[in-house]
Amino acid sequence: MENFIFVILIYTGIYAIAALGLNLVVGYTGLLSLCQAGFIAIGAYTTAIIMNAFNTGFWESMLLSGLVAALFGFIIGMPTLRLRGDYLAIATLGFGEIVQNVIMNWDSVTNGPMGIHSIPEPKLFGMALSASSDQAKPLWVLTIWIIAALSYYLIRRLIRSRVGRALEAIREDEIAASSMGINTAKYKVGVFIAGASLGGIAGSLYAGYSQAIAPLTFNFMMSIMILCMVVLGGLGNSFATVIGAIIITIASELPRLIGISHRIPPQLNQVLFGCILVFMMIYRPQGIIGRIKLNYAKILKEEILHTEK
Amino acid sequence: MNFFNIPSNELLQHLINGLTLGAIYSLIALGYTMVYGILKFINFAHGEILMIGAYAAYYFYSFLYDPAKGSSFIMAIFIAALLIAMFASAALGVLIERFAYKPLRKAPRLAPLLSAIGVSIILANLAALFFGTKSRKFEYPFDNTIIQIGSLNITPNQVMILGVGFVMMVSLKLFIDKTKLGKAMRATSQNQPVASLMGININRIISLTFAIGSALAAVAGVLMALEFKVYPTMGTMAGLKAFIAAVVGGIGNINGAMVGGIILGLLETFGVVILGIPQGLKDTIAFTVLILILLFRPSGILLKNIKEKV
Repeated sequence: MENFIFVILIYTGIYAIAALGLNLVVGYTGLLSLCQAGFIAIGAYTTAIIMNAFNTGFWESMLLSGLVAALFGFIIGMPTLRLRGDYLAIATLGFGEIVQNVIMNWDSVTNGPMGIHSIPEPKLFGMALSASSDQAKPLWVLTIWIIAALSYYLIRRLIRSRVGRALEAIREDEIAASSMGINTAKYKVGVFIAGASLGGIAGSLYAGYSQAIAPLTFNFMMSIMILCMVVLGGLGNSFATVIGAIIITIASELPRLIGISHRIPPQLNQVLFGCILVFMMIYRPQGIIGRIKLNYAKILKEEILHTEK
Repeated sequence: MNFFNIPSNELLQHLINGLTLGAIYSLIALGYTMVYGILKFINFAHGEILMIGAYAAYYFYSFLYDPAKGSSFIMAIFIAALLIAMFASAALGVLIERFAYKPLRKAPRLAPLLSAIGVSIILANLAALFFGTKSRKFEYPFDNTIIQIGSLNITPNQVMILGVGFVMMVSLKLFIDKTKLGKAMRATSQNQPVASLMGININRIISLTFAIGSALAAVAGVLMALEFKVYPTMGTMAGLKAFIAAVVGGIGNINGAMVGGIILGLLETFGVVILGIPQGLKDTIAFTVLILILLFRPSGILLKNIKEKV
């Protein structure tokens, strides 16, 4: 039982990191990306492959995985994001499928549909973090949530800066934003790359924790699950995204926890995700927590009062 | 006409195969492009509407036709199944628009997109729950003899796909260009407020657009089922590629969707034959085409470059 809570906390943390990245793109900038699972797959496979091939440590591999995912984000984002946001949805939908296809077919590197089952265990200050040992689990929880907290903090800093205001302006009205002198393409590609790299880091953590990965894990439904976390919590609100990640992960792991998973067909879970998307959009587009809008008028007033004192 | 060491008669054979695939893409792409032309959003559930249509035809057809006994009305049953599929999909398309998209017409752009993805997931998974994930095959309505024209082998299915596809596209074109309702549709896609000032019932035109687009998707679904199989996710990949076809032709442009579909079908077939792209990576072709089109000619091969206005 205790063990199970740790496992849920670990997966929640990994999904929260990926969802925070997606929220940057979908929530703050208003672009629909449907391939967060693809970036997670890229991160996971990069880590697995370079750890096996070059004996690199896990943490270096993790950073490199983030970079590789960012590179792919750039390749997808560059042609599609110069145009209207709609194309990104289709391009990312296709990209997610392609990533899976390539992983399935590139046997010599990715071991095809079998996946990679021999990822070395990560070491933290000389301690081995093995997936099988129970002692390592609390440490994993701690590590992953520290990384999640770090991402949360960085995103918060980003959003409350000039960049964040530009992103919100793009979301509200792209044409107006560009007439205010915002280089919209640059910001959109940048934010997409940032989201992708967080996906890559989440994937790397996934590979490091489970020490075994298979291509079918990172399917379209995983992207949808992460999207649901963002939508359920509240678009454009990092805190709400983390709450969404916790709720969705628990909801999808709960049947397994109380031992009725064999009675529930997996499709039911996905029907639920679909319903979340439709009903949240129609009845509560701001999510269960809501979007925290920065009140610029208030900030300005406070600043004026501050200077007058 | 002998390049890349492929005999010319084989090349012609691939041309026919590519055209068949392209005709199916075109039919699906029309639905995307019509909806995009009027509502400016991607109807992600389009592929699933196609799938539901194919299932409707499949159940109707296998209910009436027993392959062991055979039937003399086989052609009539098949056409009836096709009509049933068109009707079922049209009704579904209109319902989806009414309940999942209409409340979001004034919402930010992201909302209907997310809602459409939700609908598509719901439909695909409900179909898997109710119809099972097993793929089903139509018992061929036509005898399986291959028609030989010179050195070409054409199956009756291919003739059927090309024929039905052609008839559907021509009638759509006539409907949009020559009838009053078609004119109303064109007006609505150009400027909604002005169209409604001219006495056009916008809601009815939008419903009509969804009905026609979905009915065409159903036709594509039934034709696909002849050549391939019926299964819950049959519409997903086909839908994605058809959207790419619509982008190739210039999204929102009806002629473009037809041309784009054919081009994409040919590119996919010849990509595998000439460039030797492995079958497992066949789907990457369409995707590469999308990236290239977006890089070099984002408004499609037919459309003039129109800047977005405020």
